[in-house]
Amino acid sequence: MCWILITVFSHGMSAISPGFLLHISKPYGESEGGIANALLGTLCITLGAILIAVPPALAAGIYLSEFGKQSRVAIMLRFCANVLMGIPSILVGLFVYVLLVVSTGHFSGFAGSVALAIIMFPVIMRTTEDMLSMVPNTLREASLALGMTRMRATLCIVARSAKNGLATGILLALARVSGETAPLLFTAMFADTWPTSFFTNPTANIPVLLTEYTTNSPFESMHSLGWGAAFIITFLILLINLTTRLFFHENKH
Amino acid sequence: MKTNIKLSARNINFFYGNTQVLFDNNLDIPANQITAVIGPSGCGKSTHLRIYNRIFELYRNQQATGEVLLDGQNILDDSVDILKLRHRIGMIFQKPTPFPMSIFDNVAYPLRLHYKLRSKEIAERVEQALQAASIWDEVKDKLHTSGLALSGGQQQRLCIARALIAEPEVLLMDEPTSAIDPIATLRIEELVMQLKERLTIVIVTHNMQQAARISDTTAFFYKGRIVEVGNTDQIFTNPTHKQTEDYITGRFG
Repeated sequence: MCWILITVFSHGMSAISPGFLLHISKPYGESEGGIANALLGTLCITLGAILIAVPPALAAGIYLSEFGKQSRVAIMLRFCANVLMGIPSILVGLFVYVLLVVSTGHFSGFAGSVALAIIMFPVIMRTTEDMLSMVPNTLREASLALGMTRMRATLCIVARSAKNGLATGILLALARVSGETAPLLFTAMFADTWPTSFFTNPTANIPVLLTEYTTNSPFESMHSLGWGAAFIITFLILLINLTTRLFFHENKH
Repeated sequence: MKTNIKLSARNINFFYGNTQVLFDNNLDIPANQITAVIGPSGCGKSTHLRIYNRIFELYRNQQATGEVLLDGQNILDDSVDILKLRHRIGMIFQKPTPFPMSIFDNVAYPLRLHYKLRSKEIAERVEQALQAASIWDEVKDKLHTSGLALSGGQQQRLCIARALIAEPEVLLMDEPTSAIDPIATLRIEELVMQLKERLTIVIVTHNMQQAARISDTTAFFYKGRIVEVGNTDQIFTNPTHKQTEDYITGRFG
């Protein structure tokens, strides 16, 4: 891991400059490009993925832990989530490509969000279930004994006491998808412009920029930009992981 | 002297799955008295108590048959509003169960749940409840700190305050002092003795001295059956059954 970090760091640092972070990417052959549009695009796509994945994943996790338990539906749901977690991300990309890109006729940031959300869903659902099942039953009993409904006890007391754990699950899922390239290649694609229309236009993003610049380009300046992008994305993932640790640490008290 | 009967269990049988654990329990709980339920571990005394507010229904495989009459009405009947029932019958558990919120919000929770009151009124009732649970002086300066930060004995009195604020008619206590040090136990015993003026108390306890110190009536359980019920003094000085005598004199249990 250190080796990877050192390589990324040494190659990436030289590319980082104010222009690198503020300019948008340029077509092949032009110099003075940056990654600002890709950074913003990644932000939009990831935010979209969170909005799409989190509510149903939390609901499903709550259902599994509090209501479904060992019922047939719950067992099926768990099985499907496990399978989904094992599917290569490129297949998820292809699926969304067929579903949203071919049918509408254009790549879009939104399609990218959907692809990432599909990858996030099982991760968040399973952590939510695990975290809620760590809440002692006495707390559920105490809530019900005061005359609360099951729903209220679950949402206001049980979920509340596990809230750091739930946040941890979301952050873990986020860390998992923030470097994903394959699903975005087929969905969000790339563009040398600011993300203008999230739902109808290809949207620039860091992982695809990284792939394109380092493997598909003959120009030295683009290689260097690619390394810079690699550095940024490593830094972001590191940041997410550290935040997760912080949440989890608090959870133990 | 003829006393009013507040709760009356009639021909109660109880099952965990296919295993029967309570056999034909009949027990009258006199109003405004303390009834102690004693017996060796695993004799079914907690299980019996958990029928009175139907908290066992949280678990799918648990089932009770028979009747429990609260002021003459069978509370095991399906038509009974279980939320109202639990408003009338409060419960304290073996381990303190503060909610993950401030001391004030813990105690105010049942009020906000069952009534619509102005915040000034809520504050007054919270103070009264904390005073009734004799914990007001210890927490009055830190009402807005977390309830989880209190000591075990304080947490248990906090839970008593939370149970009292909804003004229940009956308070069920399931070994409320077994997780608490001796000094805190004495305070809770004093508190329970004061409370019987306001409500009817059923207390399950491991501790025979405790039953002898605080209760008016004692029921002795053995292997899921009620062996003997009677005036506490009589049970402890002159039991009619050999099993009761053996248990009380410490020959088993």
